[in-house]
Amino acid sequence: MSSGMPLLAIVTLPFIGSLIAVFLRQDARNGAAFLAGTVALCCTVLTAIQYPAVHRGAVLRAGVEWIPTLGLDFTLRMDGFTWLFTMLVTGIGFLVALYARYYMSPSDPVPRFFAFLLAFMGAMLGIVLSGNLIQLVFFWELTSLFSFLLIGYWHHNASARDGARMALTVTATGGLCLLVGVLLIGHIVGSYDLDQVLSSGGKVRSSSLYLPALILVLLGALTKSAQFPFHFWLPHAMAAPTPVSAYLHSATMVKAGVFLLTLLWPVLSGTEAWFYIVVTAGLCTLVLGAYAAIFQQDLKGLLAYSTISHLGLITLLLGLSSPLAAVAAIFHTINHATFKASLFMAAGIIDHESGTRDIRRLSGLFRFMPITATLAMVAAAAMAGVPLLNGFLSKEMFFAEAAAFHIDSLLDHSLPYFAMLASAFSVAYSLRFIHGVFFGPPPVDLPRTPHEPPHWMRFPVEFLVLACLLVGILPAMTIKPFLASAVWAVLGPDTPPYSLAVWHGFNEPLLMSVIALAGGILLYWLLQRYLAKGIEGPPLVRRLKGQRIFERVLVTLSWKWARSLERLFGTQRLQPQLRLLVSFAVLAALWPLYRQGLEAGSRSSTAFDPAFLLLWIVGGLCAIGAAYQAKYHRLAAMVLLGGAGLVTCITFVWFSAPDLAITQLLVEIVTTVLILLGLRWLPKRIEIAGEGLSLGLHARGRRARDLMLALAAGTGMTLIIYAMLTRPLPDTISRYFVENAYAEGGGRNVVNVLLVDFRGFDTFGEIVVLAVVAITVFSLLRRFRPAPESVDAPEQQQVQDAYDQARPDRAVGDTLADYLTIPATIMQWLFPVIIMVAIYLFLRGHDLPGGGFAAGVTMSIALILQYMAGGTRWIEARLRVRPISWIGLGLLCAAFTGMAAWLFSHPFLTSYFQYLDLPGIGKVPAATALLFDLGVFAVVVGATVLILIALAHQSVRSSRTGRPPLSTAAPALTKEHV
Amino acid sequence: MTELVFALAVGILTGSGVWLLLRPRTFQVIIGLSLLSYAVNLFIFGMGRLRVGAPPVLENAEAVDPSLYADPLPQALVLTAIVISFAMTALFLVVLLASRGLTGTDHVDGRENPQ
Repeated sequence: MSSGMPLLAIVTLPFIGSLIAVFLRQDARNGAAFLAGTVALCCTVLTAIQYPAVHRGAVLRAGVEWIPTLGLDFTLRMDGFTWLFTMLVTGIGFLVALYARYYMSPSDPVPRFFAFLLAFMGAMLGIVLSGNLIQLVFFWELTSLFSFLLIGYWHHNASARDGARMALTVTATGGLCLLVGVLLIGHIVGSYDLDQVLSSGGKVRSSSLYLPALILVLLGALTKSAQFPFHFWLPHAMAAPTPVSAYLHSATMVKAGVFLLTLLWPVLSGTEAWFYIVVTAGLCTLVLGAYAAIFQQDLKGLLAYSTISHLGLITLLLGLSSPLAAVAAIFHTINHATFKASLFMAAGIIDHESGTRDIRRLSGLFRFMPITATLAMVAAAAMAGVPLLNGFLSKEMFFAEAAAFHIDSLLDHSLPYFAMLASAFSVAYSLRFIHGVFFGPPPVDLPRTPHEPPHWMRFPVEFLVLACLLVGILPAMTIKPFLASAVWAVLGPDTPPYSLAVWHGFNEPLLMSVIALAGGILLYWLLQRYLAKGIEGPPLVRRLKGQRIFERVLVTLSWKWARSLERLFGTQRLQPQLRLLVSFAVLAALWPLYRQGLEAGSRSSTAFDPAFLLLWIVGGLCAIGAAYQAKYHRLAAMVLLGGAGLVTCITFVWFSAPDLAITQLLVEIVTTVLILLGLRWLPKRIEIAGEGLSLGLHARGRRARDLMLALAAGTGMTLIIYAMLTRPLPDTISRYFVENAYAEGGGRNVVNVLLVDFRGFDTFGEIVVLAVVAITVFSLLRRFRPAPESVDAPEQQQVQDAYDQARPDRAVGDTLADYLTIPATIMQWLFPVIIMVAIYLFLRGHDLPGGGFAAGVTMSIALILQYMAGGTRWIEARLRVRPISWIGLGLLCAAFTGMAAWLFSHPFLTSYFQYLDLPGIGKVPAATALLFDLGVFAVVVGATVLILIALAHQSVRSSRTGRPPLSTAAPALTKEHV
Repeated sequence: MTELVFALAVGILTGSGVWLLLRPRTFQVIIGLSLLSYAVNLFIFGMGRLRVGAPPVLENAEAVDPSLYADPLPQALVLTAIVISFAMTALFLVVLLASRGLTGTDHVDGRENPQ
């Protein structure tokens, strides 16, 4: 797929650039800007060279398998319309990167800014180029996320944080609605593939699910494009750095909504529901946005409301469902992006060079920055729809469409008047922007003396303004072919004839334009006095603040209701939670029992041996004893627990599971050591005679209830397992494993082959979990602070030390060192023997019971025994175990063994086996699975030893740090550092 | 009869485990979780039914008759479960110790409850 590579590159390059930017130095302003600019430029060029193909009407595609089982592929597609949008995103992205280089202060962490900006660009390109709807929604939510990060870039600023949070809440909620809507569409069409969806418009519109799908998709699009009543987040997003506003909140992110509406226009439009919802939302936004923009005191606020209003215009056009209106919508999308991005950048320059963007404080800037002022004036004129500029052309088309007849209704009939009104408003706010900032008396008391910006900071504005002019004066020579291919991509054969001329003669739209221009100028003149008062917010609707409603809703939902719900149903105490969980499990199991009854199955019973009954009488007593003693007699409980464990272990042997028995036995040993190490740090709990009798009624009730619950759980498990054991085993996948263990895995021990070969990936997951747990334990213990009463040396050690002190011929610690000398010697002697056992278990694992897990635990027992025999300091002075390296090497070994299969173009963890004849040892199975098992072995050793050593070290550490050093003991205790 | 003993064993382990799980002291809960993990391991193991003298270690590797061997799948599952439950016990023990060091109590909630 040769045509696919550029598309993939266009989407992935920004993400790669973003990752690189993350690793740049904090002050690498030039480097990061250069990186971002280069990436954007590369993408622009890559897009541009696709034009010949796109212009011929071809749809470029690229695809990578994603979730083939669900019929989902990662596909990219580019037609004329998406080509135009891609150009917009990448081209303006480049200009913004250039601009941001000069705008951002060297003291800001600039690489982070560019990393977010690039990632945002990638996400936006992902939306535009997605060839399937689910993928589109994914990138859609990514843009919400990165816009959140970009708006909140100056996170020390409260308004930036609030604005970011609000934008995320509104747009991401909309995104979730969109996801559901898209799922509905996918359900109707039977595919998420965009081409298939686009070609089944009739099917979608006639479906009974059309209305819910439409509403959900519109919720997504309207929130993203800041349409009434969701418009309120956009002005608050102005807390972002200005390059972000110029890029996200004029040219790209907010355009994602109208992009989606345009993209799905052939599928969803043309119904009454579409007309009424979309036109109403667009019209309200258009008029209210323009009205509010006149009365803003913040330059960026003015531009933000103007953006809202223009997006409303585009939405309105799309809502009209006529092909000509769609052409106008696409055209205005491009025009708006060019003049609005340049205006935002100009506002940023003014803010940057004069220190404020409050219109009340700014005036007469023309004399300080004539070039910027001229550029801004041209752009603002384009925004107002003055002839010979691009805004005029699309506005004429808009007027023509507003005056045309669509659906016989009051809404349709009133459109031309509202259109003129909004247009007059836009003339008024454009005038205010120009007149208020650049003309009038010289400014007083500005934070900085304004001056022209560096040339390259102004360059993006110059470029965009030039584009406005060229398109406005020579539309046929500049934008026409691009627009034509975009329109054809959306409308196909329905493409209406339209003309892009500056002069169409004296007609209705021209008249409307003239009225709007004159009305706007008149309005601005009439409002002079009111505006001079400098009142914040528009009159009449000042009190109606979307933000306040939003916040109230949020507070109610996430604070008041959540708190009451928590109070009603939640508890921070563990016991009620567990009680609920167990009760729920018991009840859930009771339900089928009640429905179907219980009866034993027909499987013939396994031969009974009285010894087995005897075994479990002991085991059961051990379990109950452990339960009974765990409160006051911890050591006894631990021993009893071990008893139950041993009986379990024997049960495994009894019923043909030697591997389990070995592992259980070894783990039993390690667990015992582990708990023994922990016991020291628990508070003493002495049973007071007769305490049980003096228990309150309440406590007795609680215990009775818990006892009932435990009995119910136990009985339930007994019944379930009995019912199951007495039924014959159905034919399962196990048959396959047994039959193929040797043929395909090269091992006779089916359990081991399962672990390291057939289910190797699961095992890989297991050892990763083990490694994570070990490192968690290690890091938790690094900050461990024992309770004060546990800090002292254990009682026995105190007695020993006191004995040593009383004897002049003994140093403190001698008795401790002599303690259990004979067992310690034996343990030391056993060290090589146990290691041999571990190796033996490991090597036989593939064919006989054993394997990496068992060998690993054995190996760690060997090491732990040395710790117990010699003491932490003694052993560490002689033998340095580096458990973290063991873990790391083990994981790498397992992973590389798995990856080696790739070299032979097999999937991850495919194994290969062969028998090797080693001299002196004999025939050794040499499956690659053995290497994998070696990884398992190393991880198990590392993890187990890391956990145990970390615990063992606590005694050493606390005796060093917690106890005031005894004068004579101190040198001996700190002799060896841990 | 063997099946019944096995089932009762699982039941007793579960009952003792659940009882301890509902106790207020962290050490009790740790012992309870260990007992419960025995029960669960035996339960999963039991899914392959009880077979005496038929470990899934192939003798004649050439012509394999699956009916001669115990079900290896639950065994493989339980084997990893054993190791993971050790890791879980370790993690829980350390959390217990840290909580005890921070809060000065070994109550599961980090503070003594009056009721």
